[in-house]
Formats: sequence, structure tokens, C-alpha cells
Amino acid sequence: MTDLTKISIADALKGLKDKSFTATELTQAHIDEMGAQKHLNAYITQTPEQALEQAKASDERYANGTAKTLDGIPLGVKDLFCTKGTKTTAASKILGEFVPPYESTVTQKLLDDGSVFLGKTNLDEFAMGSANTTSHYGNVINPWTSPNNPDVSYVPGGSSGGSAAAVAAGIAMGTTGTDTGGSIRQPASFCGIVGIKPTYGRCSRYGTVAFASSLDQAGVFARTVEDSALLLQSISGHDPKDSTSMNIDVPNFMAGMDGNLKGLRIGIPKEYRMDGMPEDIQKMWDQGAEWLKSEGAEIVDISLPHTKYALPTYYIIAPAEASSNLSRYDGVRYGLRVDGEDLDDTYAKTRGAGFGDEVKRRIMIGAYVLSAGYYDAYYIKAQKVRRLIRDDFTKAYEKCDVILTPTAPSGAFPIGANEEDPIKMYLNDVFTVPTSLAGLPGISVPAGINADGLPLGLQLVGKAWDEATLFKVADVVEKAAQFSGLNSTSRNVA
Amino acid sequence: MSQNMDIKTVERVAMLARLDLTEEQKNMLGDQLGNILGFVEQLSEVDTDNVEPLASVVDSSLPLRKDEVTDGQKKDDILANSPEQNEDFFVVTKIVE
Repeated sequence: MTDLTKISIADALKGLKDKSFTATELTQAHIDEMGAQKHLNAYITQTPEQALEQAKASDERYANGTAKTLDGIPLGVKDLFCTKGTKTTAASKILGEFVPPYESTVTQKLLDDGSVFLGKTNLDEFAMGSANTTSHYGNVINPWTSPNNPDVSYVPGGSSGGSAAAVAAGIAMGTTGTDTGGSIRQPASFCGIVGIKPTYGRCSRYGTVAFASSLDQAGVFARTVEDSALLLQSISGHDPKDSTSMNIDVPNFMAGMDGNLKGLRIGIPKEYRMDGMPEDIQKMWDQGAEWLKSEGAEIVDISLPHTKYALPTYYIIAPAEASSNLSRYDGVRYGLRVDGEDLDDTYAKTRGAGFGDEVKRRIMIGAYVLSAGYYDAYYIKAQKVRRLIRDDFTKAYEKCDVILTPTAPSGAFPIGANEEDPIKMYLNDVFTVPTSLAGLPGISVPAGINADGLPLGLQLVGKAWDEATLFKVADVVEKAAQFSGLNSTSRNVA
Repeated sequence: MSQNMDIKTVERVAMLARLDLTEEQKNMLGDQLGNILGFVEQLSEVDTDNVEPLASVVDSSLPLRKDEVTDGQKKDDILANSPEQNEDFFVVTKIVE
């Protein structure tokens, strides 16, 4: 029998419709595999009973002909999305045993389309990190191992590390993620799967624990481009509960996936050719351009002159917004409380005990750059440079339709690497942060294997609201790359 | 370029952010914040005269809706996660003597 944890969502939907297997069997196969892959620590909370109940309801819908677009598909939810009645932690100690009394819009849409929730996936605390090493609930292990260093555990990337590892390891058919500066695309690249961050405003942020509100955007992970389009289709659309979710029609994301790139211009930004870029990444990037050219696309050189200022801009704006957003964790209304001598002392003790080091660091940077005397020099300055970064993209899109870059400057690294210096960790997001600052959609597609035998992704960046063209081009990359994904022999064994 | 943030500044910012820090954390943060601020300092190279700050990539102005009650009667839901409550209230440490 087919291994139900390895097939695509599209094939699973066919199998469910044909009655080749039931939603209950599909869900049970994933629950069994979650047990076998527990050492990856991809989930913070597993909800197998709820999943089996949802699967049973799904089987009834298949039996009476009322099945919906994602009916019976077992998914994981990044533990940053509020799920009614299921503990939501943001991977932080400060949220304690918080059980949301409401459902986020993104997860509600997936439920409305019939999907099954296996549990809440691990992440960096409050989505702050690039290696999933800042979670209060422990590190996530990348299911890929390197033949060169078989005993070494690699990071899955971050912040949506659990979501990416779960999909790669076959313990979810797809997962939700959030991306503030690369938190979907970089882990997708590290785990050899597809991850898309849509245009800012495409998906509702209602019920998503906030990190940096002008950058945070929900998205999805899956093992194929088609599956990622199916999932994004479900979670997209205007929501009156989020004033920044845009009232713009959601097109059929798969309509253009015909393999023909004739007339399409692909931009290659010269500023992304960085000193010291590993040879295998440069090679993959050149190869990617060749693949697109051979399907009729025209390759054009473009310039994004403010690229080098994107990271410093991001590391002012994101912490500033975070320090403001995270002021709500005061020990009064929900989450952890550590009593102090007076109310101020209770706030400080609660927050001192509840936040981890990276979150404290970012709150401190944010509070500093927003404080009297520094606000203009740092925060307003960064917002001005942000406009220049966005204008770079606007100008570039006069010459091209889609931009092609590597997703990250390296493949996955061993757990523990890049920890000694925060800036070294931040550099992981050098290719993904500019897109986030400009609010543009970006997708990472697995395209090759590096010298360590670990996956590498190519990033495609589109014009605002043009996810459909991204999927069209990503489909060509996927077919050309013939990326085989994770086979059972290369999986980490406990 | 990078310079430590002095402990007094660390303490002042920690107070603003209501973060209780150990001495060890203060020292570590002094080093790291100094490095990060040194890193972001390169923005001063960029000429931003006559550039408007960009606060949001969403160009349209925020939509307005009718000011009417659409939700409510959720007292129990709202209080359900509080660390301490008494009848209909969140309870905190005594503020007024």
C-alpha cells in the first residue's frame, strides 16, 4: 500500500474522492508517524483525538457528497495562530497555559475547507529567530542529515522551523507559517520543501500572535508547488477583522501553471551576488536562470541598490514594533504572572521570567530606538530607508515580472552554530528581508543539494498581488529541478 | 564602529520596557546591543533628504466601518485565562494604599 505520509495533498484529495483510502486512515497514518518522529520536536502540542474526530466528520462528508476543497487533509498549525480550545504558546513561557477562546481567521478558513488539525508546530519564541533554537519548548531538529556528518543534528531554519520540519518529515501534509523577515522561506529552503509568503495584506492577521505588525504575514508550507497553491488559496482573502487585510479579489492561483514562460521577464539582481557566497549556491542560482530561459523566459539584469541596507532597516523596524506589541504581556489578563512588590515590579518580574534571551534582546533594541532622543535618528531614519528599498523593487519591476534569487546564503547549519553573535544569525535572512520590507510575495522552491548533501532553495519574488505568476514560475523550477525530497533512508533516526 | 552600551543605559531601557534583568544579562546585553546598534549605524550613509518615512506598505487609507456593537457578552471567555480573578475583575497587586 502507498505510504500515506509521503503523497501530495493533490493525490490525497484524489484518493479520498476515489475511496482508495479514508480520511481516518490518512489521519491515523500521520498520527503514527508523529509518534515515530517525535525526536524532531516539530510539535509543541499534538491533538490526535481532535484530528480523528475531524477525520471522521470528513469521511461522512465524502460519503454524502458534501466534501470541501481540503476535506480530510491532515495539517499542522504554527503555534502562533490562536486555535479555539487548544493551547497556544508562541513558543514562549510567558503565555503559560493560554487557551484561546477564539479561532484565528487563517485556521478558521482551513477548518471551513474541511482540513484536519494534527497539532501546533514548534517555532522560535514569538517567531524571533532563524534556526528554531529560541523556543521555550526546545530546538527543532531538521529531518535531513548530512552524509558527511551523519551524527550532527541540523537546524530546520526559523522561525517556522517546526512547520517546515513536519512537512519534510511526513508528519503533516502541509502547515501554516508566518513570515516577518524570512520565517517561511528560509526554513522551506533548509528543509527541502516549498514555502510561500504572499503579499502583505493577502491573509488576515486576526488571531495571529503579533511580532512586527507591518511585516507579519501568514503563509504555507507543502511538499509541492501545487499543494502550496491549494493551501494558500484556502487562507487568502479579505477579513473585516483585520484592517490591513486588503479587499482584493483572490484569483485562482493555479490558473497559469502551464509550463510556458514565453514573454515573461526574470530579473537577476546584481546586489545579491555577495562576496563569499558558497559556490554551490551560485551554481544553483545560475542553473535556475537556465531552467527558466529554456521554457521561454527572458533573463534580465536588474539592480536593487539599497539591498545592503535592508537588514539594518529590518533590525530597527521589527524590534520597534515588537517592543510595542509585546508590551501586552504584563501578567494581568493572561499567561504567566510573577508577583512583585508593586504593579510595576510585577510587570518587570513577569516579563523578566517569561521572555527568553532573544526576545529580551529585541524588546530592548525596540525600546531603545523608540525612546526619546533616538526616535528620529533610528526609527524614522529606518522608515525612510524602507521607502527607498520598496522604490528599488518598483523600479526593477519596470524591467522584469519576477525576481530570481537564492533563498538563503547557506544551507542548514548544525544546531549551535551562529549562536555566539546575534548579527551572524540575522545574516541568514539577507535575501528574504528586502521582500518583507517591500510587502511583496516570495516563494522558496527546493532546487538542489549542497556539498553537505543538504537542500537549497531558490526564491522567486513577485509583484504585489501577483502570487499566480510566482506559482507559474515555481512550477517550472520544480519540474526542472526534479527534487526528490526526503527519502526514508536519509531521515534522522532516534 | 561597535561600542558597548553602558550599564546605566541598559538599566534605563530595561526600566522603560519593564524587564527585570540579572547583572549577567545586563552585561551581555550591553555588549550585544552595542554591536547591533553599530551594525544599524550604516544607515547613516544613506541620503534620505526629502524621503517620506514608510510606515506601511498598504497604500490605501484604513477603512471605516459603522460604529455599532457586533460582538459582546464574552465576560467568561475574557476572564478565563487570567492568572487571578475575583468575580468580574482582573486582580492585580494593590496599587493605592
